[in-house]
Amino acid sequence: MDLSLTPDQETFRATVRSWLKTNMPREWKPTGSSEIPRAGQYDFLRRWQRTLFDAGYIGLTWPKEYGGGGLTFMEELILQQEMALAKAPPILNVLGVGMGGPTIIAWGNEEQKKRYPPKILSCEEIWCQGYSEPNSGSDLASLQTRAVKDGEHWVVNGQKVWTSFAHVADYMMLLARTDPSVPKHKGITYFLLDMKLPGVTVKPLRQITGEAEFNEVFFDNVRVHESQVLGGVNNGWAVGLTTLMYERLTLGFGLQMRLRIALEGLLELAKGMEKSGRVVTKEPVMRQKLAQLWIDTECLKYTGARAITKLLRGEMPGPEASTGKMAWVDTHQRLQEIAMEIEGPYSQLVKGSDWAVEGGVWAHSFLRSRANSIEGGTTEIQKNIIAERVLGLPKD
Amino acid sequence: MDFGFSQEQELLRSTARKFLENECTSGFVRARMEEPAGVTDEFWAKLAEQGWLGLIYPEEYDGTGLGFVDLTVLMEEMGRVVMPGPFFSTVLLGGLAIREAGSPTQRKEWLTRIAAGQAKATLAWTEPSARWDAAGVTCTARDDKGRFVLNGTKLFVPDAHLADAIVVVARTGEGKAEDGVSLILVPKATRGVQVKLLPTMDQTRKLCEVTFQDAAVPADALMGVKGKAWPTLARVVERATVALCAEMCGGAQRVLDMTTDYAKIRIAFGKPIGTYQGVKHKAADMLVDVENAKSLTYYAAWAVDENSPEAPLAASMAKAYVTDAYRKVAGAGIQLHGGIGFTWEHDLHLYFKRAKSSEFTFGDATYHRERVAQLINL
Repeated sequence: MDLSLTPDQETFRATVRSWLKTNMPREWKPTGSSEIPRAGQYDFLRRWQRTLFDAGYIGLTWPKEYGGGGLTFMEELILQQEMALAKAPPILNVLGVGMGGPTIIAWGNEEQKKRYPPKILSCEEIWCQGYSEPNSGSDLASLQTRAVKDGEHWVVNGQKVWTSFAHVADYMMLLARTDPSVPKHKGITYFLLDMKLPGVTVKPLRQITGEAEFNEVFFDNVRVHESQVLGGVNNGWAVGLTTLMYERLTLGFGLQMRLRIALEGLLELAKGMEKSGRVVTKEPVMRQKLAQLWIDTECLKYTGARAITKLLRGEMPGPEASTGKMAWVDTHQRLQEIAMEIEGPYSQLVKGSDWAVEGGVWAHSFLRSRANSIEGGTTEIQKNIIAERVLGLPKD
Repeated sequence: MDFGFSQEQELLRSTARKFLENECTSGFVRARMEEPAGVTDEFWAKLAEQGWLGLIYPEEYDGTGLGFVDLTVLMEEMGRVVMPGPFFSTVLLGGLAIREAGSPTQRKEWLTRIAAGQAKATLAWTEPSARWDAAGVTCTARDDKGRFVLNGTKLFVPDAHLADAIVVVARTGEGKAEDGVSLILVPKATRGVQVKLLPTMDQTRKLCEVTFQDAAVPADALMGVKGKAWPTLARVVERATVALCAEMCGGAQRVLDMTTDYAKIRIAFGKPIGTYQGVKHKAADMLVDVENAKSLTYYAAWAVDENSPEAPLAASMAKAYVTDAYRKVAGAGIQLHGGIGFTWEHDLHLYFKRAKSSEFTFGDATYHRERVAQLINL
């Protein structure tokens, strides 16, 4: 067991740190509250991702021939830690970098692997994820969007929902049913869908925060060329699962980083607020809650380090790799609840009020955090997966 | 970075598991619960033979010179079988205090004998006030013509009835401050020392009341500098706490294993109960608790080995988390077993009670969260 870095890794850390010092965008004011880019920030975040890309700080673990850095998860971890320390902005193309690119690299043919990943990293092409449907959420394999073969094309009809970034996306990771006659997991195909194709309609979906960060996407006889199939016809379930696995691993680093930034923000908030005439951080019950948040946030880091160790040793990640999402959700939602508790009556005031604390950002991130236990696999589904795949309990 | 165990450590784990599964069966544990000793001479000799009693002591004292990460592996396995007996009190309390604060003569005399299985030791710290701070130390050691004369009562002293040496936390100065606290090595045979075994909920952990009534020891019984023992005590307790966390992780993992095994075979409404989501989700929660508990414990063990400035924080983070985790996991284990989990016959109650006794050893979760708050400057 050794948590120290090699001289090369120390050099990498120092390089990243000094680069961030010079290149952190001046107009970025970390609020510490929200981990999800908001619509008004998209242009700024696109430029920021481009800056990171030009410096070689995106896709560190991807192979060099597909635009990545060819480095290990260790460098990725160091980068994320430094980003957290610097309270750096998030990237915009988070789904492309976290899920789309790795899946294409894992399953794509050479042409696909040369064509898509570099532009995902540079943020020239934004990706969204077309999995969930109005009638298929947790039971994803029951999805009904149909793709029917017609010559060299597949004709897609149906609807997706909760699609983040669809209104700005260039491509979608689309799961559609290509064979309804076989059991549900076996008739699904994974498509790389051009969002500009005729027949694709995006409708913003107003959510609990009042903003429209998600969308509904409708397909009306959309003709997708057969070259856009990823990983083979009717193999979409296996391909899609890769995406989810990467989502949990790589997004996991990022999530831990954003959580740490949010925690620092929360502690600052607590130091600046009073309850019954006493600074919040001096109040015994709040000290207990804040300390527990600190412990849980640190814990995610070390559980992540155990999982990375397995990867670096070339072993399969163990049980510790599957608990991350659940533990993160629990910690982050609790953090947001505590932010409301710290603000007390002020938590009711949102953007637009001069009295709102920090411009009402915490109210927004609090509301947004309700989605955490639903998006990317509900907590209930996560628990089923852990119980069945890790603990070996019988399937229903 | 490599945040995992080495091949040697994994080998230690498999050796320990095999040994303990053979030697420390449920039947053995239950027999020890019924008698005051909590250990047999034969079993103790075997622990010495394995080299485990001297695992963390330097080689010059016939130890193996290994670290806390190595010890973590062993403690996990011992917790897995709720191993009874004075291993923790001897190796991690009395022995570790002697290693940290003892004079070369004291070390030579006691550590070599502890490693060989010929002597047992413990630490007498807390008193009826049950405080963990310096103000809780009221037991006095009066300097009297080249001797120390001890007076006072110590409570919750593990295995004092078995110990040959008791390291006593006593006040050699006035007041309530950390300054003035000393460590005195008192052979139990000393006149004026009285030990009373206490009936306890967790019968695998024996606790005692120790009273000192004008118990006199020579001046060279003092360990370290007179009145300056508090930082050393804190260091010993911090290390023992990390080892305790590892033991708790092992116990929690075993409860999870027993529970998932049972959920696969116990039929209700025509199906194994593990099929039902009410059971699945609880089991998944248990796994999260167990894995997180390990992550924080492993980090703390590493921090202690490295003498990292973060070690006190790491130890408190671990104890706060692991305490809650073991209690929750042991409780959920009973719940998922149903009625059988509530019986004396089933082993679950051994773990449930060990979780509880460990909870209040060196501070509960609330105490350690407050320490975390202080250490992160809240």
